[in-house]
Amino acid sequence: MNMPVKEMLFGDLWEYAPALESTGHAQFEKRYGHFIDGEFVDASSYMKSVNPATEEVLFEFGVGTEADVDRAVQAARRAFEGPWGKMGGRERSKYIYRIARMIQEKARELAILETLDGGKPIKESRDVDIPLAAAHFFYYAGWADKLEYAFPGTTPRPLGVAGQVIPWNFPLLMAAWKIAPALATGNTVVLKAAETTPLTAMKLAEIIQEAGLPPGVVNLVNGAGSTGAAIVNHPDINKIAFTGSTDVGKIIQRAVAGTNKRLTLELGGKGANIVFEDAPIEQAIEGIVNGIYFNQGHVCCAGSRLLVQESIADEVVAKLERRIQTLVVGNPLDKNTDVGAINSKEQLDRITEMVGIGEAEGAVRHSAPCELPSKGYFFAPTFFTDVSQSHRIAQEEIFGPVLSVLTFRTPAEAIEKANNTPYGLGSGIWTDKGSKLFKVAGALQAGVIWGNTYNKFDPGSPFGGHKESGFGREGGRQGLLAYLEVS
Amino acid sequence: MARLPIQKTYKLFIGGKFPRTESGRYLQVRDEKGTLVANVCRASRKDFRMAVVAARKAQSGWAARTPFNRGQILYRMAEMLESRAASFVDLIMTTTGAKKKDATSEVECAIDRLVWYAGWCDKFTQVFGCTNQVASSHFNFTMPEPLGVVTSFAPSSASLLGIVQAMAPAITQGNVVIAVTPIELAPVAIEFAEVLATSDLPGGVVNILTGETSELHGHVTSHMDVDGVLAFGVDQETQVAMGQAAADSVKRIKFADDPGLAALMEPEAQSPYQILPWVEFKTAWHPIGI
Repeated sequence: MNMPVKEMLFGDLWEYAPALESTGHAQFEKRYGHFIDGEFVDASSYMKSVNPATEEVLFEFGVGTEADVDRAVQAARRAFEGPWGKMGGRERSKYIYRIARMIQEKARELAILETLDGGKPIKESRDVDIPLAAAHFFYYAGWADKLEYAFPGTTPRPLGVAGQVIPWNFPLLMAAWKIAPALATGNTVVLKAAETTPLTAMKLAEIIQEAGLPPGVVNLVNGAGSTGAAIVNHPDINKIAFTGSTDVGKIIQRAVAGTNKRLTLELGGKGANIVFEDAPIEQAIEGIVNGIYFNQGHVCCAGSRLLVQESIADEVVAKLERRIQTLVVGNPLDKNTDVGAINSKEQLDRITEMVGIGEAEGAVRHSAPCELPSKGYFFAPTFFTDVSQSHRIAQEEIFGPVLSVLTFRTPAEAIEKANNTPYGLGSGIWTDKGSKLFKVAGALQAGVIWGNTYNKFDPGSPFGGHKESGFGREGGRQGLLAYLEVS
Repeated sequence: MARLPIQKTYKLFIGGKFPRTESGRYLQVRDEKGTLVANVCRASRKDFRMAVVAARKAQSGWAARTPFNRGQILYRMAEMLESRAASFVDLIMTTTGAKKKDATSEVECAIDRLVWYAGWCDKFTQVFGCTNQVASSHFNFTMPEPLGVVTSFAPSSASLLGIVQAMAPAITQGNVVIAVTPIELAPVAIEFAEVLATSDLPGGVVNILTGETSELHGHVTSHMDVDGVLAFGVDQETQVAMGQAAADSVKRIKFADDPGLAALMEPEAQSPYQILPWVEFKTAWHPIGI
């Protein structure tokens, strides 16, 4: 008789001792209004920001009205027509370098605040979000006085006032993605941070103040959807840059139709992570985990559809099942934590609903048997097998730690399934054969392809979508185009 | 007795063939004296949908051609146009009332422009793509890829040059085009289709519809299998309506002023930045290691 082989999982023998990041060093106000024309100003009404890991209120922030947005746009216009517009690229460049350096100086504080306000694991905010935000400013700083070399045959000109609306999944990093290229190209900015994560944007405002940027060059108006709409619809804005859901992106595209506003959209995704039978399996497992459980799956380019070749599907699923049991889920401030808190109650409800739909449609659920904290918004790392292409969990963006596993037999089938979505943002390919990788990479309709890796980001690497994942690029030389008139 | 000349029946150009409009509708083109030049097709919504099907079918094959091959085919268009230059001059004079000198200049400019864009087929990626030096051990590069199916409303100020400008930039990078021209320019546009049909251009890569452009605006922007729309010289109100419809599928849409024939003939009117809206940048990462 065959006895099941007993297996020891890493961590079975002991519990990790908590390794909490100290928060004493991180300072923030109890109340933030807006940052307009170089000053922190009061708001007419306020919302509360909650720590999603504890459900405790951290601070209050202003809800921007049309009047607030208008004041911010006027300040930005004055700065554009005044000091910032008249300043040469060399001086502009040094201001942006200064911001990059100050982010580095305050990196640990910013990481702690990002984790407190948004729920992401400290090891990610410390090792990914904040360093990349600083790097983004550093990279674009160097472009400010070299724009004439970026696009041959043109004399690049700034657009004017850029209105920018960013999401809650990478708060400071998204602010950096938006602000750094806008400043490097000589534009001025009115930005709204997401209503669940405005804290690091307010700290960035302090840095901008300390760096001595002329008033009005960067204005930060807090608030929710109506504040974002006021920015999008303001008649004196020249450019809108939005990162968020495809639904909202379409509303914005309609709103700016027929105006002279330039538009870039970085929207949702349903990334296919394709594992061929000749892939390095252990590396692929790590790539799958990083692809979907990084930042609780709150990643627009997440590898949320695993396409695995049929011949290795059982092996991959078994290994994945084992691997998710070793993920440490819990307090985001604990340096051991792999999967932190879901960003908000609303998002947790959305994930729970989609997982319920997956079960109801007949897919088989596999969730890590971890104990979730009694307070806060948490969701166990989960994947589904027996998923068909028509299932909603294979079509719709869940934006949580939930993976749908599908299988394929031939490369052609993998390509067809990967492209069978209105989205086209990120995609992964795992194979040991270079020619196959190039062939599949060329055929995938996606703006970013990771070969034998996943979820890598760099300021020099353009990021953005095909199809309904939006248009325009952020990062790299191409990222400058979003803020320049070149023809 | 004088010989009766044979008049040409101007049809549409879809999928490499010359069908009549399925609607059976026609519009009349007359010269300046009011003499009938031709009855031309007034393309319908269904003609447009057939053109999208033909274009989509042709797209992957066209994109898979080597850029060198695409460049040769664009150059071949110029060869074909050169050999028929005299008949285009006559037709432009008849349909637009242009003087011979101006019509000749336009035809010569159109030929030269095709040659100019032919050269971009295999250079655009070199100039607009790049490798990126990321701060980790990865090889990372960015390259433009074709957007897909582009519908292009040609400028009405130019006839031959207008249709060339409406289609040439996009096809250099592997896009396919449905060009829509206003009725008065239809004979020249369809005559140009005969150039395309003899230039080794695969059927469906360029499709030409003639008719009331305004009745097609809405159908084009709301069609879910159109990836991009270029429209010359549409008014503000139309831009709003087209832009709103385009948002349903996050279409790439570009409006351009109709600069007029003289400006279109200037060297500044040709630019690789006219290709840029019709590409998608794809960035690929791969680890470096043993």
